[in-house]
Amino acid sequence: MAEVEESSKPLFAGLSDISISEDIPVEGDISVPVGSQSADNDFSTLDEPVKDTILRDLKAVGQKFVHVMYPKKSSALLRDWDLWGPLLLCVTLALMLQGGSVDSEEDGRPQFAEVFVIIWFGSVIITLNTKLLGGTISFFQSLCVLGYCILPLTVAMIVCRIVLVGGSGLVSFVVRLIVVTASFSWSTFASTAFLADSQPPNRKALVVYPVFLFYFVIGWMILTFSPSH
Amino acid sequence: MANTDFHLQFQEFEDEQGFTENNQGATTVTIDDPIKSRKQRKATGTAFEEEDDDDKTELLSGQRKSAPFWTFEYYQTLFDVDSHQVKNRIVGSILPWPGKNFIEVYLRSNPDLYGPFWICATLVFAIAVSGNISSFLVHQGQPKFRYVPDFSKVTMAATAIYSYAWLVPLALWGFLTWRNRKITSLVSYSFLQIVCVYGYSLSIYIPAVILWIIPNEGLRWCSIVVALCLSGSVLVLTFWPAIRDDKPRITTAIISTIVILHVLLAVGCKACFFSTYEMDPSKYHNEPSTATSTSSTN
Repeated sequence: MAEVEESSKPLFAGLSDISISEDIPVEGDISVPVGSQSADNDFSTLDEPVKDTILRDLKAVGQKFVHVMYPKKSSALLRDWDLWGPLLLCVTLALMLQGGSVDSEEDGRPQFAEVFVIIWFGSVIITLNTKLLGGTISFFQSLCVLGYCILPLTVAMIVCRIVLVGGSGLVSFVVRLIVVTASFSWSTFASTAFLADSQPPNRKALVVYPVFLFYFVIGWMILTFSPSH
Repeated sequence: MANTDFHLQFQEFEDEQGFTENNQGATTVTIDDPIKSRKQRKATGTAFEEEDDDDKTELLSGQRKSAPFWTFEYYQTLFDVDSHQVKNRIVGSILPWPGKNFIEVYLRSNPDLYGPFWICATLVFAIAVSGNISSFLVHQGQPKFRYVPDFSKVTMAATAIYSYAWLVPLALWGFLTWRNRKITSLVSYSFLQIVCVYGYSLSIYIPAVILWIIPNEGLRWCSIVVALCLSGSVLVLTFWPAIRDDKPRITTAIISTIVILHVLLAVGCKACFFSTYEMDPSKYHNEPSTATSTSSTN
C-alpha cells in the first residue's frame, strides 16, 4: 500500500507515469458509398430495345391524334411537337388520292408529288403568314398542328373510298359531300383551337382564313376524287 | 426655352399648284424616300428637321420601314394590318367613290402584302374550283362523260393571276417613276402601294367567278361587265392624280393600258376556264363528240 501524500502533489500528476503501448490494434469498418453508375440510365435510351423506342413514339403520335379528334385547349400538341404524325397522314392521303399514270383518262387526278407538295408547301406558307402577322408560335410547332389536323380529312377520304365502292351516283355524292364538309370544318375548328392563344387578338380572322382555304382545297381534292374502274 | 420654341414652330405652307417645292402641306400625300424629303425640306429652309434623327424623319415623311430588307422584321412591317383594316380595304376597292383615292384613304402609307397575296390565292382556287364545277355541269347530261377533275387549271390560273398582280404594277411603277423625273407631280406612289391597289382590286372577281358556275352566257357577261366597271374605276380613280399633270396623250395611253389589261385578264380567265361550248378544246375532245352523237341518235 503506497503512502499517499496529500495536497502536496497536484492532481493527475501520476498520469504522466503511465506508459501507453504503441500497438493498440484499431479495428473497424470504413466503407465509402460509391456513386451509382446507373444515374445516366434515365436519359440515355441507347440501351433499350428497339420495340420500346418505336412504341414510345407511336404512343406519342397516337396521343396527339386523340387530342385532334377531341380538340380542347390543350398545349400537348404544342409542347412536344413532332412531325411523324403529319408525315404519316400526308403520305396516306397522297397515296389514296393519286391517279394512275398509265391510263389516259386518269390524267386529271393529282400525282403523289402534287398532293405532297400542296400539303407541305401550303403548311409552310400558312406558318410564314402566321409569323409575319405577329404570332408567337414557333415554325415547327405550327407545322405540327397543321399536319395533325389533317387527320379528320384523312378519315373522310377513307370513308369516301368505302362509299364509292357502293356506287358513284347522286346519293353517294351527297353522302360524300356531307362527310367532307363535316371533316373539313372539324379540321379548321381543331387547328383554330390549338393556334388560338398564340395570335394577336385583332388579327385572328386574318390568321384563320388561310387555314380555312388550305383545308377547303384539300377537302375539294377529296370530294372530287373519282375511282378508276 | 426660346430656342426650343423656335425649333418646335410649325410653319404653314400654301398648297399652290405651281409650287412643287412646297409639297408638305396636309392636303397632299407625298410618299417619298426619307432622303429626298429631307432635301426638299432643307431647300425650303426650315430648321425643324435639323435635329431629328432618322426614325423621326421617317415617321414624319410617312414611312415606317426602318429595318433593312434582308431581316424578318422588314417583312413583318408589310403585314402590319388588323382584320377590320383588311375588311375596309376590300370594301373600298369594290365601291369606287369619286372623291376618295384608294391609296390616300385606305392605305395611308401602310401598304400591306397580306391582301394582295391571299386575294390572289383565293382567286386562283376559286377559278379552279368553279371551272371544274361548271365543266361538270355542262357535261352532266351526257351519260358517257365521266367527270375527272382537272388540276392543270390550278397552275395555269396561278401563273396568270400572280404575274398580272406583280408584273403589271412593276411596269406601271417603273413608268410612273420615269415620268416623275421629267414632270414632278404632286403625287407619287411607291411600288408596294401600287401592288396593294392591284391586289385589292382583284377582290371583286371572286364573287364574279363563283357566279360563273351557272352556265348561262348572259349572266356571265353581265357579271364580267359589272366587275370590270367597279374595279376598273377604282384603279382609274387611284392613278388619275398621279398622271393628270402629264401630257394628255400619255395620260390617255396609261389609263387605257390599265383598263385594257384589266379587261384582258377577266376575259382571258373566262375563255380559258369556262367554256360553254360542247367541243371543249381540251383533252376530252373525243368523249363529248361521241356523247353528242349518241344523244342525237337517241
